[in-house]
Amino acid sequence: MISKKWALTLGLLMAAALVVAACAPAPTPPPAESAVKTLVIGFTASQTGKYNVSSTRQVNGLSQWMKEVNAAGGIKLGDGTVVKFDSVSYDDESSKDRVQELYTRLATEDSADLLISPYSSGLTAASAVIAEQNGKLMITTGAASDAAYKQGYTLVFQAYTPASRYLTGAVDLLAHLDTSVKKVAFVYESTVFATSVVEAAKVYAEEQGYDIVLFEGYDAETTDFGPFINKILESDAEAILGGGHFQDGSTFARQIHEKDVAVKFFTLLVAPPEPDFAELGDAALGVIGPSQWEPLAAFTPESAKEAGLEWFGPLGDDFVKGYVAAYDEEPSYHSIGGYAAGLILQKAIIDADATDPEAIKAAMDKMDVLTCYGHVKFETGAEAHGLQIGHDMVYVQWQKDDAGNLVKQVVWPLEGATADALYPLP
Amino acid sequence: MLDFIVASLADGLLLGFVYGIAAMGLSLIWGVMDVINLSHGPIMALGMFGIYFAFTHLGLNPYVTLPLVAGGGLLLGVLIYTVAVHRIINAPHLSSLLATFSVNMIIIGLGTAAFTTSPRNVDFSLGSVSLGPITLPWTRVAAALAATLVTGLLYLFLYRTRTGKSIRAVTNNRAAAELMGIPSSRVLALAFGLGTMLAAIAGGLIATFFPFTILAGGTYQLRSFVICVLGGLGNPLGALIGGLLLGALEGIIPAFMETSWVPALEFVLFVIILLVKPSGLLGSKT
Repeated sequence: MISKKWALTLGLLMAAALVVAACAPAPTPPPAESAVKTLVIGFTASQTGKYNVSSTRQVNGLSQWMKEVNAAGGIKLGDGTVVKFDSVSYDDESSKDRVQELYTRLATEDSADLLISPYSSGLTAASAVIAEQNGKLMITTGAASDAAYKQGYTLVFQAYTPASRYLTGAVDLLAHLDTSVKKVAFVYESTVFATSVVEAAKVYAEEQGYDIVLFEGYDAETTDFGPFINKILESDAEAILGGGHFQDGSTFARQIHEKDVAVKFFTLLVAPPEPDFAELGDAALGVIGPSQWEPLAAFTPESAKEAGLEWFGPLGDDFVKGYVAAYDEEPSYHSIGGYAAGLILQKAIIDADATDPEAIKAAMDKMDVLTCYGHVKFETGAEAHGLQIGHDMVYVQWQKDDAGNLVKQVVWPLEGATADALYPLP
Repeated sequence: MLDFIVASLADGLLLGFVYGIAAMGLSLIWGVMDVINLSHGPIMALGMFGIYFAFTHLGLNPYVTLPLVAGGGLLLGVLIYTVAVHRIINAPHLSSLLATFSVNMIIIGLGTAAFTTSPRNVDFSLGSVSLGPITLPWTRVAAALAATLVTGLLYLFLYRTRTGKSIRAVTNNRAAAELMGIPSSRVLALAFGLGTMLAAIAGGLIATFFPFTILAGGTYQLRSFVICVLGGLGNPLGALIGGLLLGALEGIIPAFMETSWVPALEFVLFVIILLVKPSGLLGSKT
């Protein structure tokens, strides 16, 4: 028989247990899995046609970013949503007509949430109209023309340094190398991009006191530069600036070399920074090209701190290692152009803490960040909304190393130079 | 200015030889069988790819490969004639135009699928030679020499061999030639093959100095029409002269105006000659 004392103790213990149980929080249900939202990024690639080389690298860069961000678990928003990315793309055949048709399809039938531009200013101009008409936010990359940002668009944002600042550094470099040079020839591809670049550079060169002895465009399909080379010779030009894209630029350089043209300074758009340009052999030697980015460029969290900017994304070395591992080649600036477009989107979604286009757009407008690609900041005024105003060019030149192999060196600006410029042109 | 004109003229004339043999193929086919071969351009592009693959993948010198490309062009032409042209050889011109245009589309379609439309480049150089104000890449000089050699051989074949004489006989009067025992179908197939062979050779030579795609032949085909009209439709020697004339114009026009005016002026000339002397500057058929 239980004694009174034991019964009282037991009763008190039970009462205490009941009180504790009553005060304890209600048992929580097992945590629900975070909602995963997949954003579809739509774009076209020039799998065929004249932009194939540059476009393929741009898409490779974008694909690498997407792979990395998805592998890292996506972007976690404040409400627990995890944002991951998928893509839908088509071959635009390097054709404007195809671009308009395909971006309409991406925006309507495929319901892409966000758009990335095709490669080249011409194709991008055609796609930007579609993005704006359909209310889709677009990051443009591989497209430097200023014109697209002066159309009153509000949803189109440029990753590249605009064309108006593409060749002005080459003029500065020429002045730095040789003050006696005065006669400059501009021979350029008659496309939106190249024309806007050289028109801005011509104005700048004239302001610096240069005599523009030849200013002539060539058709995008040109394969015979003989007439232009003869005009260059006739004009006694000491420096040539121009080009357009990879194919025409490399053909132009090859024919300048074959004709043994005695110019001192030769700068071409787009082609020289491409690794494939070295296949020209001696014809590549001494040719200079503006580049949006080079693997040698040292953008780091420290340089961001010095510049008073926020740092975002991986280091340049990590990007290069990942790219080389994935594609077995050195990335060109077209490669990081694609990668940077993804990084910009990623940063905007993180800052917006949302996936609706209005919030992402607002975050893009406020963006002022340093990445492995360089500084990114957009014009927000109505006159040129979305124009890139943070990023700057570097200038590379093909030189020979001690073993006689062609290597790219950064020759301008001086603070980023890895070698003295080879001057005059061999 | 004189130096510029001399240098441009030399460049233009060297190219003119190559344009000339491309147009000679078109002209030969027209002259022998009254067929305008709209597959001429894509066959030139195939000639370019023949040189490209032999050089890039097998390391063969383009000039060593050229006879093989020529042989391939000849066989392809005989095949095209047999499959697409022979049955409509006596039909109205529209039928042969449509037939050869279909071949054009088939080659471009298959070529695009197989090679894409990405530009190709035969990274082959022989250096250059300077003569006063003129600097000429040896590849262009070699192309002009090859074109001259091919023209000479073609003329020897047409005028000194029994088969060549048969081709000329069929050109002059097919019915009479058949009555003389000449197998006109075989002769027509051979003539078509010779025309496409010339296209393939021209393409192969162009590939040694210009980049190209499977679509590149279109531009040269258009030039070939202008040259045929300049030189006289159906007159192969006239085609070579027409090629030189066009090359010279392409060299000289940029001396006086922007180079982008060249195609516009070429086609203005084309229309004027068609209006004033439809048989071409150098008369009619041989």
